[in-house]
Amino acid sequence: MRTFPIGGIHPSDNKKWSKDMAIEVMELPDEVAIPMIQHIGAPAIPIVAKGDKVLTGQLIAQASGFVSANIHSPISGTVKAVDIFPNGQGLHRQMIVITREGDEWVESIDRSKELKRECSLTPAEIIAKIKDAGVVGMGGATFPTHVKLSIPDGQKAEILIINGVECEPYLTSDYRTMLERGEELLTGVEILMRALRVERAVIGVENNKPDAVAHLRELIAKGNYRGIEVMALKTRYPQGGEKQLIAAITGRQVAPPPALPISVGAVVCNASTSVAVYEAVQKNKPLIERVVTITGKDIAHPSNYLLRFGVSFKSLIAKAGGLPEGDVKVLNGGPMMGRSVVAIDAPIIKGCSGVTIISGAEAERGKEQACIKCAKCVSVCPMGLEPYLLAKLARKQLWDRAEEHNTIDCIECGCCSYTCPSSLPLLDYIRIGKQTVMGNIRARAIKK
Amino acid sequence: MASRLFAAPSPHIHGGESTRRIMGDVVLALLPALCVSTYVLGWRVLLTTAIAVAACVLFEYLIQRFMFKRSSTIGDLSAVVTGILLAFNLPAGIPWWIIIIGALVAIGIGKMTFGGLGCNPFNPALTGRIFLLIAYPVQMTDWTTGIPDTVSGSTMLADVKAGVYGVSEIDFVAMLGGHMNGSLGEIGSFALILGGIYLLCRRVITWHIPVSILATMALFALCVAAGEGGDMLYKLPLFHILAGGALLGAIFMATDYSTSPMTHTGMLIYGVGIGLITMIIRLWGAYPEGMSFAIFIMNAATPLINKYCRPKRFGTK
Repeated sequence: MRTFPIGGIHPSDNKKWSKDMAIEVMELPDEVAIPMIQHIGAPAIPIVAKGDKVLTGQLIAQASGFVSANIHSPISGTVKAVDIFPNGQGLHRQMIVITREGDEWVESIDRSKELKRECSLTPAEIIAKIKDAGVVGMGGATFPTHVKLSIPDGQKAEILIINGVECEPYLTSDYRTMLERGEELLTGVEILMRALRVERAVIGVENNKPDAVAHLRELIAKGNYRGIEVMALKTRYPQGGEKQLIAAITGRQVAPPPALPISVGAVVCNASTSVAVYEAVQKNKPLIERVVTITGKDIAHPSNYLLRFGVSFKSLIAKAGGLPEGDVKVLNGGPMMGRSVVAIDAPIIKGCSGVTIISGAEAERGKEQACIKCAKCVSVCPMGLEPYLLAKLARKQLWDRAEEHNTIDCIECGCCSYTCPSSLPLLDYIRIGKQTVMGNIRARAIKK
Repeated sequence: MASRLFAAPSPHIHGGESTRRIMGDVVLALLPALCVSTYVLGWRVLLTTAIAVAACVLFEYLIQRFMFKRSSTIGDLSAVVTGILLAFNLPAGIPWWIIIIGALVAIGIGKMTFGGLGCNPFNPALTGRIFLLIAYPVQMTDWTTGIPDTVSGSTMLADVKAGVYGVSEIDFVAMLGGHMNGSLGEIGSFALILGGIYLLCRRVITWHIPVSILATMALFALCVAAGEGGDMLYKLPLFHILAGGALLGAIFMATDYSTSPMTHTGMLIYGVGIGLITMIIRLWGAYPEGMSFAIFIMNAATPLINKYCRPKRFGTK
């Protein structure tokens, strides 16, 4: 069974808490806050003002540049404020606050449930619709999908890879989506293949989800989806990393930055993104909701909810039975790469595939000890780096040497910190080094 | 009790590995060999080991507390491992004060001078052994003192080198069970291999260093034996792997983390180097045994090996 070539770890997957909970539709919130940055790239620019009436699915903020994404209202009602508020990480962001009145949708959106397979649009038309709908990568990186699909001149896509790996422990939203929305997902894949003009698509799923693999294979056979195959991959974190997944499926390695996946002919989209693409293209439905897992060992009712963006972390947590007592960490995402939420009143946005609640004991960091040079961090690094050295160089602020040792290759998967027997916060230091070095590289480019 | 939010960067979970657990595993892996030695050589083995461990732990504690004025690090069990390995490199009946001097050199000079765990360029236990070997050559090669009922005389390596008897006359089954002269811990070949397998299963070590050392030695011996032919073709390689400190060195001493290379390629180069140097000393050097010097020399080469053997960067050829 295939997997990526180097490094990786096997954290316990902890998916049992929420994996068997079917997707529930969460009731509509009375008020939502919609940040203008929910994607990688330039923030969107609000086109509504305080007091405006908006409909569900109406464009409320416009992409400001090529790498940016439109934002639509997830509910209908009145704009209460357009102002600066803290997001989940406590960073101040421009947001549009809307108070709900009923649920009036924009008329052009097809809200019927039946599957619409046929698509006769040209690639350019498909990409335009995806762009209008504000679709971004829903695996967490939130890269605008229309940018990914716009292949630069002189390069050609050969294979579409759908990321159904969900290697992050605890999270089950992609898994439930594959089980419950398989046909929409596969139709989305067909549309993406059409947009990219590729004949072959591979859906990568780890073999800890055999039912998802079997289910998708059955749907492919039954619905005669041509050129799409499901590949079961050997479970190993971080298989969902874009470069790791491409290597696992095609055997080809994307060269170090700034090379992109397209350099080996691959385009990778997340499984949930594929559903969003289907809805955008076939149903004219913009990206205003997604499936979010709420999970954790001490949570009363872990589950998977289909919710509108702008709902607060707090209300989702309340739905699951509230925060457990004592020290807790609320994570936007899973325990390996998720971000700590410091303001639980803040809204859930496009890139949030799950909210994981971790107890103080589970998240406790061990006491830092001296590096014993056991080289375990080197052997688990999926990028072939030397984490102990990069951390040391960052600690000593030797930025040039950190650059020589390719610190910008780091994908921040956290395997090194997870494995370190001396409990060294390797990734904390490497992140500082990586950001500084990337800043230095940009500064040099400007000087030239 | 209310809930209290706290925050930190990812990753938010840890695999549970610790230095203490790793060192604990090494101690466990050394126990079978200790049992064999005690069975063969008697209670003095336990006394020698106990003195070495106690002295190493005490010296580390004192140096940390009163010279570095830092909190004690003896809880990581690394001083215990150094103590056991030092004892394993001594004759079982060596006078107690020599053990204590060895421990002082191992911990004081071999380890703490460089800043403690992880910073030492040379294996601390080996530093202690080599110091003693040079300072007290008589006591360090006297395999009889204080041990009743044991065969006197020198080690097999020395006997073979001096031509007392030939390799073809050796009973290898008895060797596996510990019936040979030598340092306290190096005699139980089978038990040492068992410990090595345990460390491999627990992923404390990888196969690269021990296998490359032993394979190089065996291959070297095979080339030498090629001239003689016959059953020497398997007996000489087997003899060199089982005799002296080859197994103890390859499995437990050369694999010391901070003094061995970080990448698998580096480990292989390091292992081949140790194997070669050991055989050169054993066959043509002044000493019958060459393992400690070989590891010591390759310890010195480790920073250089690390510099040139980098892991393969993802996406490059």
